[in-house]
Amino acid sequence: MEFFVVQLLNGISYGLLLFMLSSGLTLVFSLMGVLNFAHASFYMLGAYFAFQISTRIGFYPALVAAPLLVGGIGMLVERYGLRTVHRYGHVAELLFTFGLAYLIEEAVHLVWGRAAVEYRIPPSLEGPLFAVFTSQYPIYRGFMMLVSVAMLVSIWLALTRTRIGLVIQAALSHPQTVEALGHNVPRVFMLVFGGGAALAGLAGVIGGNAFVTEPGMAAAVGPIIFVVVVVGGMGSLAGAFVASLLIGCLQTFSVGLDWTLAGLFARFGWRVTADTPLASLWSIPLAQAAPVLPYLLMVLILIFRPRGLLGTREG
Amino acid sequence: MIKRALSTAAFAAAAALAAAGAWAETIRIAYIDPLSGPFANTGAQGLAEFQFYAQQLNKKGGVLGKKLEIVPFDNKVSPQESLNQLKRVQDEGIRYVTQGNSSAVALALSDAVAKYNERNPGKEIVYLNYAAVDPALTNDKCSFWHFRFDAAADMKMEALTAVMAKDKSITKVYIINQDYSFGHAVADSAVALLKRKRPDVQVVGNEFHPLGKVKDFAPYVAKIKASGAQAVITGNWGNDMSLLVKAGKEAGLNVDWYTFYAGGLGTPTAMGEAAAGRVKIVAEYHSNVANNKAAAWDAAYRKQAPKGNPDFYYLRGKNMFDMLVAAMNQAKSDDPKKVAYALEGMKTQGDLGELEMRKTDHQLIQPLYVFTLQKSAAHGGPKEAKIDMEHSGLAPVTDARVEGYVTATPTSCQMKRP
Repeated sequence: MEFFVVQLLNGISYGLLLFMLSSGLTLVFSLMGVLNFAHASFYMLGAYFAFQISTRIGFYPALVAAPLLVGGIGMLVERYGLRTVHRYGHVAELLFTFGLAYLIEEAVHLVWGRAAVEYRIPPSLEGPLFAVFTSQYPIYRGFMMLVSVAMLVSIWLALTRTRIGLVIQAALSHPQTVEALGHNVPRVFMLVFGGGAALAGLAGVIGGNAFVTEPGMAAAVGPIIFVVVVVGGMGSLAGAFVASLLIGCLQTFSVGLDWTLAGLFARFGWRVTADTPLASLWSIPLAQAAPVLPYLLMVLILIFRPRGLLGTREG
Repeated sequence: MIKRALSTAAFAAAAALAAAGAWAETIRIAYIDPLSGPFANTGAQGLAEFQFYAQQLNKKGGVLGKKLEIVPFDNKVSPQESLNQLKRVQDEGIRYVTQGNSSAVALALSDAVAKYNERNPGKEIVYLNYAAVDPALTNDKCSFWHFRFDAAADMKMEALTAVMAKDKSITKVYIINQDYSFGHAVADSAVALLKRKRPDVQVVGNEFHPLGKVKDFAPYVAKIKASGAQAVITGNWGNDMSLLVKAGKEAGLNVDWYTFYAGGLGTPTAMGEAAAGRVKIVAEYHSNVANNKAAAWDAAYRKQAPKGNPDFYYLRGKNMFDMLVAAMNQAKSDDPKKVAYALEGMKTQGDLGELEMRKTDHQLIQPLYVFTLQKSAAHGGPKEAKIDMEHSGLAPVTDARVEGYVTATPTSCQMKRP
């Protein structure tokens, strides 16, 4: 029971972090049709900026300032990079963000070096929040959940209750009409791209010290957030939320279980021995296959429900 | 930056070709290790230390009147990419190769070097391995051209379990490793040695996770916690090491960590105070060893060290070059074949005790240390915890020195000599 509750909490907190990362990606995709390969790099920039600011002023100012900075960079990238490339089509945009990811990584190398930087959790957030039987649940994980839920609620409010939110939603499906009504659609694009980058930056601020802040961190989370977006449905914020939690829990629980296919077969009376064909495959414990499961899920989703769990458009 | 460094290196090589006269004056050593990607910091550490060695040696006039030069090649920890880089090394006529990170790379390189040497007599390449510790490299996969200057995984485990066996409070041990040849070697020798030294100890988990892909170790920690283990043995390196310990601290996991690589390359920084008193490491060196004859060297390195890699980490790198230089002097030649013959069986006095390049399998026999990371003296720790790691406030303190002959494991190597 203890094991189950702890794993559930771990799964949810990991899932929420994934959501913070993927929400920006899916927003940008739904609005601009750009699959932003540099999205994870904004996550990394958020962590490094937060490290730099927190050593000078403190963690809480960094929590606000770093995402704003990253968002500002995002807007500049959109205004002076993507917008120029846009007229050459989606492939050019894709390649642009792909190159940008490398540029940001090299820039991080040059400024902060190749080793991990000492970005730590602030002392006020260290320690246990509550105990689950005998295991502690860290305050910081609770804080991560709080931030991501607060972010989820505020994006939802912003998109449905504010004027700019309504314009964004309208621009999603009918950009020409919105433009004809006198709204500055390119500026909306810039704001959304910057906003998406800022969300990734925020995830970096709270993910960077929970894990490790090092130049490889962007490459490490890059693939998994694409999985989240595909599984949830391209461009669907709610889908990204469901998919993040699903993948978070899927990975966490599968790590804890030593089930094997051989064990499953044994239930039906078919024993796997060393002579069975592919014996080593059948006896891989689920725990070892855990990292592959999200990708397996993605492949299955693409085959059986290409628009994703809550997506509205095909492919 | 790396690309630039590489193109600079290529340019330098081209310039060297142009000035053919300068060629004979330099002994070049190809450094094939990750210089970009997730393990870039690990590769940068070795490169910085080896270049420091070359610089010091050249100041004193080099070896055989020639200069030593370390030429970097980026392999991204990929065996395939390493073989591509080896081709470049061959094309540029470099006769010495050194590599350390990942035994998967080492096995590929050792095999390729042996085949190349067989087909190209007179152009042989010697492969100096400073950190890849899969025992296979000096057992069934041993090669005359391969020399290992780090202790093999089973030798390190011998030392680590010797210290562990003395702790009678340990009754349950959890083993967790990266899922590739090296991780499996660590797990196998841990199980075998515990069975011999402490048959009463129960191994309650033997886990493998993918190399460099896990970001959140909390689920693994929950599993360790559920198993009731008092100690965890792991050969993890890089982020896999630091994230594991950090996740353990957050969940209030109350265990001792017995590790190979918690001692450097960003790991002490990432672990922070979590590690104090709980993390043990086995290695050939740390900066606070007693009677440290390498102290001056250590201090000199620190003074000019690059920002990201502030500590002196690879004494075995210094040992390796010291022995290489001695072998060249003894052979009165830098011809790889002659040097290889001089190197095998060589006995020498290192900074911390006797070193022997065992002739039967080309495994260096050297004293090892098991040490614990404590709060440094400046942070209220014991007074021998003088020098901390990466300015993290954590400093190594010796638990035990294990002499070379204790760690020397038998070998199944059938060496074929040319």
